[in-house]
Amino acid sequence: MSRRFIPKVVTANDLILGDAVYLTADNRWSRLHSEAELIEDEDHANARLAFGAAQKLIVVGVYLADAKPGPNGPEPVHFREEFRTRGPSNYPHGKQVETAN
Amino acid sequence: MYSYSEFDEAFIRARVAQFSQQVERRLDGSLTEEEFRPLRLMNGLYLQLHAYMLRVAIPYGTLNPNQMRQLAHIAETWDKGYGHFTTRQNIQFNWPKLKDVPAILKALADVEMHAIQTSGNCVRNVTADHFAGAAADEIEDPRPVAELLRQWSTDHPEFQFLPRKFKIAITGSPNDRAVTRAHDIGLRMVRNAAREPGFEVMVGGGLGRTPMIAHTVREFLPKADLLPYVEAVLSVYNTLGRRDNKYKARIKITVHETGKEEITRLIEDRFAELRPLFGGNDQALLADIEAAFAPPAFRNAPTDAYDAFYAADHAFRAWADTNLTAHRNAQYAIVTISLKAHGETPGDATADQMRLMADLAEKYGHSDLRISHEQNVILPHVHKSDLPTLHAALSQMGLATANVGLISDMIACPGMDYCALATARSIPIAQQISTRFQELGLEQTIGAMKIKISGCINACGHHHVGHIGILGLDRAGVENYQITLGGDGTETAAIGEKTGPGFAYDEIVPAIERIVRAYLDLRHSAEETFLDAYRRVGAAPFKAALYGTEGEKDAA
Repeated sequence: MSRRFIPKVVTANDLILGDAVYLTADNRWSRLHSEAELIEDEDHANARLAFGAAQKLIVVGVYLADAKPGPNGPEPVHFREEFRTRGPSNYPHGKQVETAN
Repeated sequence: MYSYSEFDEAFIRARVAQFSQQVERRLDGSLTEEEFRPLRLMNGLYLQLHAYMLRVAIPYGTLNPNQMRQLAHIAETWDKGYGHFTTRQNIQFNWPKLKDVPAILKALADVEMHAIQTSGNCVRNVTADHFAGAAADEIEDPRPVAELLRQWSTDHPEFQFLPRKFKIAITGSPNDRAVTRAHDIGLRMVRNAAREPGFEVMVGGGLGRTPMIAHTVREFLPKADLLPYVEAVLSVYNTLGRRDNKYKARIKITVHETGKEEITRLIEDRFAELRPLFGGNDQALLADIEAAFAPPAFRNAPTDAYDAFYAADHAFRAWADTNLTAHRNAQYAIVTISLKAHGETPGDATADQMRLMADLAEKYGHSDLRISHEQNVILPHVHKSDLPTLHAALSQMGLATANVGLISDMIACPGMDYCALATARSIPIAQQISTRFQELGLEQTIGAMKIKISGCINACGHHHVGHIGILGLDRAGVENYQITLGGDGTETAAIGEKTGPGFAYDEIVPAIERIVRAYLDLRHSAEETFLDAYRRVGAAPFKAALYGTEGEKDAA
């Protein structure tokens, strides 16, 4: 009885900036959710989580977040993760301006 | 106000040096995050959704102009040009970089400030009535006692690892502006039959997931017994408080599970043991501190200019009617500067605004500034003749919003725009409510109204004690807002009652409007406030307004 695995991305915060970052398939930490590796298999997800969590001088608070495929790459499923891709709604701060280009 | 002693100065500097090294060791890998996390939290540094957040203590909400200017400097140099004043009279910076935090802490130490014990299971910043030392209804300025508690609780070896965090609030007035009944310990100054000042001691209040109004464990505690008594409360809690379940670890649960009578007995027994150990040094220290809080040299000058301007200028009159409070000196007024401009973020101030407030405090306010738990800034001592000039200066910088105590003077926590614990956003809801009621032009008609918004069950936005409380939740992956009615944070404290099912993000503002319109329809007169009306008619007519005809019969 295996439940369908909801695809995941590995996400964390940058150690120095605190900004949300995402693990890419080529082992970089990107500021863009759309560049994240979309993981469709549970074992692989756990392996990537362990890989990310080991990078203690780059990131902090590594976890798996639900995601779905989109036209430009993975997209968040939950609104909390969506906010993390943007920044706060009360000021033009964070990713919505810093990664606009 | 109080100035750091050599001891305070050395302690703060040592802590800055210590934490600077800890940051270095985290960045070079000698400390893991697991090791570093408790160290950063001890120094007020959180990791939030988009960045780190530094929470800086403003003891009992009191600042001098140089401190306010330094906060502006920090906001501009290491953050994004603003700061957020919180419901615990603190200020939070939302965007510091880890490597810059040591420099920020040093800049704070330069003006006798710090971020110590703004997190962790210890005694947090002691909060106080923001009108302390100025209010006409005050028995005594509570801040010397708050400062004594600050010194006693800072790095207190017995109370650094309590079962959970511990919050103390204090007021010197019978009218409670410090929400004392919703704190772990609330202290309200009262007089006994002999007219001596002392404290009503309330224990076990708190909001969060299990909101409770504090029980009074002592109707009258002589002032001189305060420190051993508070220590007795902490000591009993430290022994009995639950460490097995984070959600049952606050003293409110200890009091609830132990029972008021038994907890009172335990506190009194412990107090009897501790009292003789206090040989009077605390009282000598308190006397020194009291001298530092001596009232300013009030000016004696005519106030005719104020009266004339009040009669002539409509905008000034509207502001004076809402934003001024009676001062104990009839020539003076207490000025509340609203940080709730319509459509803006409650509690935020830009660096320029901070500098202006500092300058005005220096020029017209005896160099005294306060932060209220309602996220406004107070100039507690302004001579009435200076008010027209002050108002004009505030207007230039978007700081003259005439809405204190009205529907747009909301409390809102940072919510999911910043906070890692949040389950929904708070700030945009507050922005939309204030914008909507400004458009309707109904604010003055509605009158006294406190809306308080929290973005999660931890209730930093005090929603339980809002006349209208809004709690943002995550319901099946969607933001949902639950409404409570009838809450009260004053001396007649009450926890608001849930109305029923919550509302979606785009439904909550219309829902609030329906409640307000129902109130306007049913109130006896403009003098009957929302809270009075709610107490008279109960929840039924408001539920009917929210959910349809159900309950309408009861409204008659």
